[in-house]
Amino acid sequence: MYPAYSVIFFTTASGAGYGMLVWLAILAAANAVSPGLASGIAAFAVALGLITAGLLSSTFHLGHPERAWRALSQWRSSWLSREGIAAVVTYAPALFFALGWVVFNSVEGNWLIAGLLAGIMALVTVACTGMIYSSLKAIPRWTDATVVPVYLAFAMSSGGALIVTVLTILDPLASHWFWLVTLATSLAWALKLLYWQRIDNAAPVSTAESATGLGHLGTVRQLEAPHTGENYIMREMGFQIARKHAARLRMIALLIGGAIPVLAFIIAGTVSGPTLVIATLIGLAGTVIGVLLERWLFFAEAQHAAMLFYGAKAV
Amino acid sequence: MTSIPQQTGKQQLGLVIDLDICVGCHACAVNCKEWNTGGHSAPLTDEEPYGADPLGVWFNRIHTYEAGDGAEGQTVHFPRSCLHCEEPACVTVCPTGASYKRESDGIVLVNADSCIGCKLCSWACPYGAREYDHSDGVMKKCTLCIDRIENQNLPEIDRVPACVSTCPASARHFGDLGDPNSDVSQLVKERGGYDLMPEMGMKPVNKYLPPRARPTSNAPSPTPTSTAAAAPGGTGSPFLDWVDRTLSR
Repeated sequence: MYPAYSVIFFTTASGAGYGMLVWLAILAAANAVSPGLASGIAAFAVALGLITAGLLSSTFHLGHPERAWRALSQWRSSWLSREGIAAVVTYAPALFFALGWVVFNSVEGNWLIAGLLAGIMALVTVACTGMIYSSLKAIPRWTDATVVPVYLAFAMSSGGALIVTVLTILDPLASHWFWLVTLATSLAWALKLLYWQRIDNAAPVSTAESATGLGHLGTVRQLEAPHTGENYIMREMGFQIARKHAARLRMIALLIGGAIPVLAFIIAGTVSGPTLVIATLIGLAGTVIGVLLERWLFFAEAQHAAMLFYGAKAV
Repeated sequence: MTSIPQQTGKQQLGLVIDLDICVGCHACAVNCKEWNTGGHSAPLTDEEPYGADPLGVWFNRIHTYEAGDGAEGQTVHFPRSCLHCEEPACVTVCPTGASYKRESDGIVLVNADSCIGCKLCSWACPYGAREYDHSDGVMKKCTLCIDRIENQNLPEIDRVPACVSTCPASARHFGDLGDPNSDVSQLVKERGGYDLMPEMGMKPVNKYLPPRARPTSNAPSPTPTSTAAAAPGGTGSPFLDWVDRTLSR
């Protein structure tokens, strides 16, 4: 699949923002923060800013962005519609939660309930994002059971990296929160490794033979394409530049996005002062680059059944 | 409404394509483009039609495949268009309700006035049947020529999809595949008509008739003599090949 930058930016940015909301809810429930003006404005501005920027970017690739509101209507059948509704609904408790934190300096009582609702709706939204891809039978590897957990885990990993960074500067957290973020990051990459292992070993679902129904005659090869140039389907579904280099890019992503942040956040959990800030920033940078590479690979490595008509052997 | 209508035993209009007869002339694709660029989903935009890299919307594309090896091998021309599935994923994924399956006759259509151009339906279709019109910003697809088959201004003999009316070899048939007694259903039954990629679970309505068995020949199969081939995996551009080699190191 063609890795469109708008979709990569949307899923990673909004994923990180929703992950932050979940962490904020957990921090509030654990009574681990002292809600105040500076930390609240910074944390909620980053979280809601990323969510909003992501949602806006997802409308950039629409042919008719002015009709985007119509996407909220088909929640009965469409995961994209459900994601849109969940995204909009999340704003209400999230803004209420932010109001309590920033203006009333409180994350207790009803403010906490709003926070917990925001956290739950954030997880629901990210799960819907994962389901949009996971429900597409035409891209068999995406139907793998790890796809939705991977989306959730990377939201928690990138959201966690952002939250410790913002709060390290404004309202330092106890060291065990660094270790929880390390845990989320480790879990995300463990699930991603599992996904890669499973898609590499999955049996083909469809073949050129089943696509054409000519398998009883023998192996099917494309002799002539319908036209000498490309078409929309070939550009959108036929992207495969990355495949030869996919193994190398996976290793780079795992190193930068997994190993470096894990080390950096473990160090951040044991030190203080400037070293703490530097370690946290390194952890955040690695996490961001890693999740972008992971998402790029998610699209670039995916093979669509329609390409079986254009010379692909199996998907 | 993007949920699939609950229909039982109702009309299911569709095509039956005879791969034994198709000569791969592309006349059906050309007449489809000709009719539909002025029809329900008009226009079928072409971008840079005379440029180096033309791109355009077509509802019907004609592939040619080789199946089998040696003397047993066959060349099969293979027209491919929307199959108007009974359980079309392109309809259920649509977030706006623009993509729908008509309850009356099962034709899968796009309402261009409410399509937001998110392209998710084209991702959901395993058959590559939907094409995005970059100029109009909406998705377009085969309409089974609803503006012909219901057109009271046309003589009755012409009330069939453009691809069917133009096929010089009569390899394309149009009718109600929901009625087991219709001509097309009988043809499918006689000739062992089949679904493409049934494992995708979309239950295509359109059916394909397989090539008939060829008389077996005793002539020795020709042995391949030419082994010359282009370098495998080369892009044809020295620069891109160099980039590829460098990154592969």
